[in-house]
Amino acid sequence: MMTNPNGIVTQGQFSFLPPLTDTQITAQIKYALSRGWALSVEYTDDPHPRNTYWEMFGAPMFDLKDPAGILMEVNNCRKTFPNHYIRVMAFSSVRGVESPTMSYIVNRPKNEPGFGLVRQETEGRNIRYTIHSYATDKPEGERH
Amino acid sequence: MANQLSNNETMKEGADRYKAGVLPYKKMGYWQPDYQVKDTDLLAMFRITPHAGSDPEEIAAAVAGESSTATWTVVWTDRLTACEMYRAKAYRVEQVPNTGEGTKIEAQYFAYIAYELDLFEGGSIANLTASIIGNVFGMKAVKALRLEDMRIPVAYLKTFQGPATGVIVERERLDKFGRPLLGATTKPKLGLSGRNYGRVVYEGLKGGLDFMKDDENINSQAFMHWRDRFLYCMDAVNKASAATGEVKGHYLNVTAGTMEEMYKRAEFAKQLGSVIIMIDLVIGYTAIQSMALWARQNDMILHLHRAGNSTYSRQKNHGMNFRVICKWMRMAGVDHIHAGTVVGKLEGDPAMIRGFYDTLLDDHTPQNLEHGLFFEQDWASLNKCMPVASGGIHAGQMHQLLTYLGDDVILQFGGGTIGHPQGIQAGAQANRVALEAMVLARNEGRDIWNEGPQILQDAAKWCGPLRAAIDTWKDITFNYESTDTADFVPTATTSF
Repeated sequence: MMTNPNGIVTQGQFSFLPPLTDTQITAQIKYALSRGWALSVEYTDDPHPRNTYWEMFGAPMFDLKDPAGILMEVNNCRKTFPNHYIRVMAFSSVRGVESPTMSYIVNRPKNEPGFGLVRQETEGRNIRYTIHSYATDKPEGERH
Repeated sequence: MANQLSNNETMKEGADRYKAGVLPYKKMGYWQPDYQVKDTDLLAMFRITPHAGSDPEEIAAAVAGESSTATWTVVWTDRLTACEMYRAKAYRVEQVPNTGEGTKIEAQYFAYIAYELDLFEGGSIANLTASIIGNVFGMKAVKALRLEDMRIPVAYLKTFQGPATGVIVERERLDKFGRPLLGATTKPKLGLSGRNYGRVVYEGLKGGLDFMKDDENINSQAFMHWRDRFLYCMDAVNKASAATGEVKGHYLNVTAGTMEEMYKRAEFAKQLGSVIIMIDLVIGYTAIQSMALWARQNDMILHLHRAGNSTYSRQKNHGMNFRVICKWMRMAGVDHIHAGTVVGKLEGDPAMIRGFYDTLLDDHTPQNLEHGLFFEQDWASLNKCMPVASGGIHAGQMHQLLTYLGDDVILQFGGGTIGHPQGIQAGAQANRVALEAMVLARNEGRDIWNEGPQILQDAAKWCGPLRAAIDTWKDITFNYESTDTADFVPTATTSF
């Protein structure tokens, strides 16, 4: 159980809001498409803040411009990984950006164990910090 | 017409030009109305207030002269050099709209000056500024003088590193996309012990902010020495990161009396795993450039607090416009710079601030007189610098902030977080909920400018801390007239 005000991992654009409905997810997809961004669905069972590379649920959908089709991919991913973290990302290929432009979580495990802070005491009062993802105490596929 | 001027008035050459004695600057070659600007020229535009009765073109020529090769009298040693090339050329002088006869303001003029690229040392803001602002602001001949804008040629920009990290890479490192970042300055600024200080940092970050911040004058005083602050703050940062699963940061201010001391503090910040350090503008241009190089080499985001800028940027007739500081700081290589809030407690006209933000963020800024951008500027792929909005803002203004400032900005709610009636975490949560609700609504196509207050009210129904924030600060606004305003209103027709 995480102790922050939401009790959950708060990565992404909308983690402080109530879980997004399919209608709300679709509205955000439309916004991304209207700006020419490609959408992508990613999932993981290790939400460590520096775990950059979540698994891709297929490549970014560069050629899919239909919000309903993209929502279908989101829901396929949810069906396949109902107890994983799933996020929708948008990518801009415009020169000067060429980077993600959106990222929001659309699925979570029922139980979010969170993270421990490991303090390694070193010289003087120096401490080396490690953020430990409790989920990774179990092997891949058996977490959450 | 232009040729006649240049032949008859502006330029004497040969023996006559170099006879010992004093010549008007115009006649020494610093006024060239038919000059064709080159792509490689550095351009500057000054607002000149001449003494009553003096010739604005002569004053413009004097500014060009004194910021390049001239001294008060003719010197024959000019003839040993390619002096015509080294001379800066004032090439255009125009009266400022709404000044002079029939107005309340004495006549002012915009003077455009072109400088040859070879006048400047590559990669040195110090050298650039020693020329452009080094000498001319104290000239008796001009009553008041303000550097309004500059066009930096691509060839010169390419000699600068630019922002150590840049907006794009900063977002990738922080894993935060598609929304403004949230921060807060630790308060009170002075007097907290390291232990007490870190408490504020922890609460703010755990509650939902991305960054906490040292204030400009938090360095290493008797009540809290810098190592204590760094140690406690990094414990707070890491603990909050573990509590939320997000990358968090605290701008550790490494400003100190010497470069050696600043490097020492920056190294310690790195050793403790901080993602970001901070410096103050008052450390000087060269020190800023050095810290930017250090930051690039050490994977560090570099925050700049613009401490001191209003001493020269606020008054409209003398000093320099903040947009010029924005340009220099993007070249010097900082990743963050405080650039105004529009709605908060500090100076800021909306159109002027849009100009600052565009200057920091765009690949290419077209000329836009309504926003105070007098020149087109190609940024030649220099990294983008994140503007920071700080000072007297609160969650109830979220729709205005998002509309005016967009996504690429750090919204700093210091009092608006720490002063929350239910505590610091609640203050942070209120700000984050207000922000996310507003971004969601904007992306859904809602008119947040008009519906914003309702969007916040709706979120406050399920978020008690937001309810309390709105109730506490609902009537707080800072409606003072700005002093730094546009000379050109959208409806005015000008001869540009």
